[in-house]
Amino acid sequence: MKLSFSPENEAFRAEIRQWLDENLCGEFEPLRYRGGPGDEHVFIDERKAWEQRMAAGGWVGIGWPSQHGGRACSIAEQVIFHEEYARAGGPGRMGHIGEGLAAPTLIAYGSAQQQQRYLPAILEGREFWCQGYSEPGAGSDLANVRSKAVCDNGVWKITGQKVWTSLAHEADWCFVIARTDPGSVGNKGLGFFLVAMDQPGVDVRPIVQITGTAEFNEVFFENAVAADIVGEPGEGWKIAMALLGFERGVSTLGQQMLFQNELDAIVTIARKNGAAKNPLLRQRLAQAHLGLRTMRYNAMRMLSGGEDGSLQREALVYKLHWATWHRDLGELAMDVLGPDAELLGENGDYDLSRLQSLFLFSRSDTIYGGTNQIQRNIIAERGLGMPRELRPR
Amino acid sequence: MDFRFTDEQVMIRDTARAFLADASDSAAVRAAMAGQGDAWARVTGEMGWQALTIPESCEGLGLGWVELAIVHEAAGETLLVSPLFATLGTGVSLLRACAGEQQQADWLPGIAAGEATLGVGMQGPGKDWGLRGCGVRYRPGDAGYELRGELASVVDGAIADTLLVVALDETESPESARVFRVAADAQGVTRRQTPGLDQTRDLAHLQLSEVQVAEDDLLDGSRAGWPAIQAGLDLGVIALAAELLGTAQRSLDLAVTYTLEREQFGRPVAGFQALKHKAADMMLRCECARSAVYYAACTADAFLEGQASAAQLAEAASIAKASAGDAAFENAGEALQMHGGVGFTWEYDIHLYFKRARAGRAQWGSSDWHRERIAEFILDGDEAMS
Repeated sequence: MKLSFSPENEAFRAEIRQWLDENLCGEFEPLRYRGGPGDEHVFIDERKAWEQRMAAGGWVGIGWPSQHGGRACSIAEQVIFHEEYARAGGPGRMGHIGEGLAAPTLIAYGSAQQQQRYLPAILEGREFWCQGYSEPGAGSDLANVRSKAVCDNGVWKITGQKVWTSLAHEADWCFVIARTDPGSVGNKGLGFFLVAMDQPGVDVRPIVQITGTAEFNEVFFENAVAADIVGEPGEGWKIAMALLGFERGVSTLGQQMLFQNELDAIVTIARKNGAAKNPLLRQRLAQAHLGLRTMRYNAMRMLSGGEDGSLQREALVYKLHWATWHRDLGELAMDVLGPDAELLGENGDYDLSRLQSLFLFSRSDTIYGGTNQIQRNIIAERGLGMPRELRPR
Repeated sequence: MDFRFTDEQVMIRDTARAFLADASDSAAVRAAMAGQGDAWARVTGEMGWQALTIPESCEGLGLGWVELAIVHEAAGETLLVSPLFATLGTGVSLLRACAGEQQQADWLPGIAAGEATLGVGMQGPGKDWGLRGCGVRYRPGDAGYELRGELASVVDGAIADTLLVVALDETESPESARVFRVAADAQGVTRRQTPGLDQTRDLAHLQLSEVQVAEDDLLDGSRAGWPAIQAGLDLGVIALAAELLGTAQRSLDLAVTYTLEREQFGRPVAGFQALKHKAADMMLRCECARSAVYYAACTADAFLEGQASAAQLAEAASIAKASAGDAAFENAGEALQMHGGVGFTWEYDIHLYFKRARAGRAQWGSSDWHRERIAEFILDGDEAMS
């Protein structure tokens, strides 16, 4: 067991740190620490410009294979990149759905033609993507997708409704799973489509959330033309599941850096307003520190990995851990704030402070990406071999 | 970054588990509870674990804290009844951190040979863990020093051959803290085994009246006072945390096994979400405790090599102890519930885990005590712990 990064890794860290130092300044200075979860609706144009600056520096697609224009960075290097990015206060990435989800899927399952069409625009920070998975009747039960894809003279057309689509109004493209076989049920008969957002058959409607802001949207498709289908009709489920696998791992330490920033802010307030002298709050603040440290240690185990890259026990519990921890942190923040917790700012409608926003927005953490309850089912079934839930289909 | 076991460490773990499956099965644990245990003779004779972290120059195995944690975790899985934790986990740890080079050369080979067991005492009756709860005072004496006071809940203190006693002088200042080596049969030492709720671990009450200690039996490294002693104690805290991790994990395993067998309404009760979700939370606690314990073990090795500070060791030890202590107690309690009626019987083993977990969580600093120590670092100091 060894806990340190190699000298080569540390050299890579110095490189990204220096680049961020030299570039995340001037016109981009206001973007520091902005645009993260709960704040994704701000500085849209500036963050798109920042994506292009990143691309010019060669910091987009660092984990992609080199034949597709990536840097082929190791897992450790990608982790370091995300950690340093978060440490520097790098803004919430506009390009992460394209870079982290669409591109790996196209690299794994797309045709050569599709790769040539879509990958360069992602790599250069020119085109942005959103994700069309969830539907009003298909959340955890994703196989219950009802959106339809009909092939009309060789052109696939999509009709249906997607929900919880973040950045849909800012995206150029959406990847959509829809039913290619009208009689099919469950995970059979689905297709994986690439759909341009700027067309008459696509209507984006923002969803105003608990925070009063709107990062997420409903997207309505009405005979919207799909530019491409990835893989064959009927392979949509396989591709969609593979894509979810790309989501895991390398950004965890970066996420923890954001969490540390939040905890530090709460500690600072506690020391100022006297909450740090309250024995119960002391226990909870210490527990928050402890939880974040163990999250880090879990991630280190996860990233050290099994020989075969298989899912480790600690990876199974990771989402449940961070989601619950973060929700608890939001509650702790409010309790540390004391009477001020209930008072809004007076600049505009529903003017939340950073910690109030944390309190409200963190309620989504235990819901999206598989609720805590779904996570517990997965842990019990895959991690402990307890009986699977009944699946009628 | 390679935060996983080496092949050799996997082998040590597998060997430990295989040995304990026999030497510390339910019948062996229950026999030991009745005073009929032979596990320590087998541990020293067949496994040599008492020598694990003793340097090779002192006739030990020269292994580190990851290996120490592996063995303690396995011991906690089966509730091994033996002075392993007292001797290796706490005693050798304190000697490694606080005994001088010559003292180690004089004392450690005998322990490595399995000739002596150790006990570490600091807390006075009714007192908390930590320096403020220190129950013994020293002053200059005829031979060097004279000790007097009371010690409570000394793990395996009634059977130990040698006691390591943390004491303060009349100023009660942290700088005055010292560790003394006291023969258990020294004049003025009165020992009494105290019955405990957890019958798998022996606790003792010790009375020290004008006990004379030679200058040579003052641990050299403890002359600098509390910080060095605290580090030595933290090395032991990690051993206890590792044991508790094993207890947490086995509690989960017992619960899963039982609920898969037990049928109600025509199916195994393990299929009910109410129980699956409890089990999932138990696994989450185990994995967090596992990461915390092995991170602390790596930090202990780094500390002994001069590559981690005492503050880093303290933080890692407190995180490990609070995580593993809570995991053990909460998991054992949930496991008891998941056993239903039989969980309440003497016959099934789960109550033994429940009681061990409860005791272990409280010993060597409760979870609350360790969280308060973390709070002091993050809230009260001018700088964070690390």
